[in-house]
Amino acid sequence: MSKQDLLTIAGRDFQSRLLVGTGKYQDMAQTGEAIRASGAEIVTVAIRRTNIGQNADEENLLDVIPPDEFTILPNTAGCYTAADAVRVCRLARELLNGHTLVKLEVLGDEKTLYPDVPATLEAAEQLINDGFEVMVYTSDDPIAAQRLEQMGCVAVMPLASPIGSGLGVQNHYNLMTIIENANVPIIVDAGVGTASDAAVAMELGCDGVLMNTAIAAAKNPVLMASAMRKGIEAGREAFLAGRMPRRRFASASSPLEGTFWQSGS
Amino acid sequence: MGLQTSNVIIQVNGKAHTLVAGSTIEQLIEQLGMQGQRVAVEHNQDVIPRSEYPHVALKSGDRVEIIRAIGGG
Repeated sequence: MSKQDLLTIAGRDFQSRLLVGTGKYQDMAQTGEAIRASGAEIVTVAIRRTNIGQNADEENLLDVIPPDEFTILPNTAGCYTAADAVRVCRLARELLNGHTLVKLEVLGDEKTLYPDVPATLEAAEQLINDGFEVMVYTSDDPIAAQRLEQMGCVAVMPLASPIGSGLGVQNHYNLMTIIENANVPIIVDAGVGTASDAAVAMELGCDGVLMNTAIAAAKNPVLMASAMRKGIEAGREAFLAGRMPRRRFASASSPLEGTFWQSGS
Repeated sequence: MGLQTSNVIIQVNGKAHTLVAGSTIEQLIEQLGMQGQRVAVEHNQDVIPRSEYPHVALKSGDRVEIIRAIGGG
């Protein structure tokens, strides 16, 4: 693929269109190995309390995925209000020495982990006013996606299906509408289960895919990370190539002229 | 620490923690053995820049959060 086909988010250029999370791995070594196998340049992390008085020598995730090598994308996972999400982002900015790129998610309920879109809009506005560059997790609602873009989010990230479900793209047509309307990158965030799901998302014209469980919960996460990298690349190339039109009935690939037998209809 | 020492009790990551009165965030971080670690600190819900750690004294009842990055999607 051409080296010129870059993903640009908030003025930063990336070669890889696969964005990965760091949750649910067996250990730090596996996390690091899978992330390197994925080829991802943007890597999400969660922000949580340190364990006071325990494991003082515990390895820090940021030593495994160093911020000078990867673009760290702190998330607001687990936040159910705009205020909590804003609070997490402000701490993340301090943790990462003034880094302003964040993944905003404000969740609606634990069963679906669907975004609370009104609360997401509220948090996005506060964060943008506070100088953050917001990549926002949202539903596959084209109107919500447009509102978030108009507000100034630097990337809009609709779900393919619920977080951690592995159900793949459930609403191709909404994603297509979101993509057609957009002037910022559209990144499918959540729901991908295997490499073909990632390829489908890319073939629809998404600018990238963000995933975590599909890699971490595979039997062999490092191999799945490599598969996802290829799925993303294959899907992107297929999108750029432009697929053939679908037709209901067959169209022979071999010429009809020059046959030397008599049978056939 | 001499004769005067009185203690204060603060909340660190939701748990009671005893400190010598007048201790700063810098001293708290040292006491916890977390100097130089990749963490960020919130004091009564205000984010405290690293450069301010020596200048913020902790009072009884203060709530401190010390956070880090962990695995997540």
